[in-house]
Amino acid sequence: MEGVEASEKVKRTTPRLCSLCNQRKAALRRPKTLEQICRECFYNVFEDEIHRVIVENNLFKPGERIAIGASGGKDSTVLAYVLSELNKRHNYGLDLFLLSIDEGITGYRDDSLETVKRNEIQYGLPLKIVSYKELYQWTMDEIVKAIGLKNNCTFCGVFRRQALDRGAALIQADKIVTGHNADDIAETVLLNILRGDIARLSRCTSITTGEDGPIPRCKPFKYTYEKEIVMYAYFKKLDYFSTECIYSPNAYRGFAREFIKDLERIRPRAILDIIRSGEDFRISTTTRMPEQGTCQRCGYISSQKLCKACVLLEGLNRGLPKLGIGRKKGGSGEDQEQSKWHLENRALSLHGKHGNVEY
Amino acid sequence: MAVCGSACGSNCVPKDTEGEEGERLKRLSLEEESSVRRCTKCAEEEARKECNGLCAGCFRAYLYGKFKLAVTSNAMISPTDKVLVAFSGGPSSRVALEFIHEMQSKALACWDASNSQALPVFTVGVVFMEECNISDELSDQADDVIAQIRSIVSGLSPPSKDLHIVPMESLFSSDLRKLVGSINDATGREDFVRHLRMLSLQRVAFEFGYNKLVLGLSASGIARHVLSATVKGQGYSLPADMQYVDTRWKAPVVLPIRDCLEQELVTLCNLESLKHVQVHDKPCTSINGLVSSFIARLREDNSSREHTILRTAGKLKPFNFNKFSSNQYEYVPSRLRPKFQFIETGEPESPEVLCPICTSPLTATELATTRCSQQMKGLNIKEMEAFYLSCCQSCHFQILPKEETSMSCDGFF
Repeated sequence: MEGVEASEKVKRTTPRLCSLCNQRKAALRRPKTLEQICRECFYNVFEDEIHRVIVENNLFKPGERIAIGASGGKDSTVLAYVLSELNKRHNYGLDLFLLSIDEGITGYRDDSLETVKRNEIQYGLPLKIVSYKELYQWTMDEIVKAIGLKNNCTFCGVFRRQALDRGAALIQADKIVTGHNADDIAETVLLNILRGDIARLSRCTSITTGEDGPIPRCKPFKYTYEKEIVMYAYFKKLDYFSTECIYSPNAYRGFAREFIKDLERIRPRAILDIIRSGEDFRISTTTRMPEQGTCQRCGYISSQKLCKACVLLEGLNRGLPKLGIGRKKGGSGEDQEQSKWHLENRALSLHGKHGNVEY
Repeated sequence: MAVCGSACGSNCVPKDTEGEEGERLKRLSLEEESSVRRCTKCAEEEARKECNGLCAGCFRAYLYGKFKLAVTSNAMISPTDKVLVAFSGGPSSRVALEFIHEMQSKALACWDASNSQALPVFTVGVVFMEECNISDELSDQADDVIAQIRSIVSGLSPPSKDLHIVPMESLFSSDLRKLVGSINDATGREDFVRHLRMLSLQRVAFEFGYNKLVLGLSASGIARHVLSATVKGQGYSLPADMQYVDTRWKAPVVLPIRDCLEQELVTLCNLESLKHVQVHDKPCTSINGLVSSFIARLREDNSSREHTILRTAGKLKPFNFNKFSSNQYEYVPSRLRPKFQFIETGEPESPEVLCPICTSPLTATELATTRCSQQMKGLNIKEMEAFYLSCCQSCHFQILPKEETSMSCDGFF
């Protein structure tokens, strides 16, 4: 009896070993799988999973010029670091650049841009900065002053997307990579379900988008958990800017984010399950989907006559802050495009409210 | 209160019209001062706050209208049907029961009045599934609940309805409590009980000769299902459980109140004093509970969010078992029949392979994995292993035990 107790006591004082290498001491619990592993193994699985995603999805070709969307935040900093590492380690043969967007948010963006400038030196990647001011003649500070805090994220998101494309074209990039992680994509899937955006729902889980356009963009972090990115950045002591945008508290995405955080606590794999669900959704063929065309004013990709950026800009310049926001007939804040299809669908469908039941 | 002209032919009793008119004008002017809202539909009765600007009568008509549209445009109930209504005691299934009863009474009145009596009236039975012995629910209240259920159903006649009160464990040979208790994942446990419930309902239907099963699943319930299924990785099979019709079962499952929000159904129960059993809200540590509270929060922010979720999911492709085969539409009115008589477009869709536990269609990836493993093992495959391989990834994760231990469910499915 005493022998058993003694050996049990010994067990408790011996530190737990990494469940992957069984040699080093376990230093952390991996958020995705809850395994207790050591730091080295964590770096290995983290980097290796990303490498496999890149290879299995044919994200890059040798010789390509890749623009890394860099905000100075944790995702883009880790992305720049890991991509740089893997490029060397596995000979991807890529030309990597940092592309940063200055939205003109004082006290937030000017600080994070300093971080990107430091990244340029730390990782040896050339940096290009493009600003809203030079592209649109409006900074986010000015936009928020004009329209308030309810729909500002819409403006910023739409403008940033175009800005990235324009900036990438300026440095002759072949592809853009962004640091969207698994949590982001899961949130987007949920948001699109909640908002009735079936068109975006069908596209948002693709790892590469815009392949038929001039500059495709891809998301190597599609299956990487946000918690693991933070952990990686922390252990590797990477330099990143960690404050939330000062204009963001009212974003609707917050609802979905909170839900996902709670979900992760109950079942960590649920984040990947949401993404899998998004990939498996099959849209009914009777559903009206938008057709891709070009903007009549600026030539950018658009499903309507004018692209969203042009519509929003027109609203700003004419002093009509709500132009391009919300439905035509009022109600919840869905896009104009959505309301058009909904109205037409309602007329076509015998059931009225709940979509077309396909027979 | 119609004011008839002198040419009125019906035998309405001439009232003191001047007095009546005067009363109405007085009421209107009083209203303008006290701002009593009128129903937006009939503009006569007082609008109820909880009825979205309608009076109680129009609100009921609105809900019954949705029910009737769902039933008729999907050919849910034919005159020769024996329909089994699953009644949990809650407000949603209470309203479903009430509306089915009303539809049946009206059909009976027509039948009584008609000369030919060619088309019979469908019969209705009610089933209440007793589950307290399986999960950890309060069993001391079970007797009260059953007594209430009996009194509710006996009040719904004529025509009278058979009531079947069935303890779930009596339908299976295995020890259900032990089986359910052996599932580690809380969400998996809840979902497994839900699948058992459907199996049980089907067994009751079969035993007593019912050919249709009515569930009181509301729009809110479907919205919850949409989010939970998404979160569990069941995006492919999600559309299967939320359509009006589901013919995967021997007794096809129909959802006549699919378009009504739970809030609306609860309001109706309160307005009409429809007796129902209060469902106790247990603290839920499962994903289903989290989704429920999330949707409740969304509803507070925007009351039409559940409808939007339903609309989005309604744009997903349903399966070929989500409609009746064409010969079941013979009682559909001819103006609606072309909708169901689809043109054969060439090769028929191959039948879906279903998970044995949750009956959800397997994705191409799941099928490929199964077939690959089956090919590798060949004839050496054990029965338990084969069973594991045939289940969907979600059931695999949350219901099946990690090791292929001998579960007491051999031959269960």
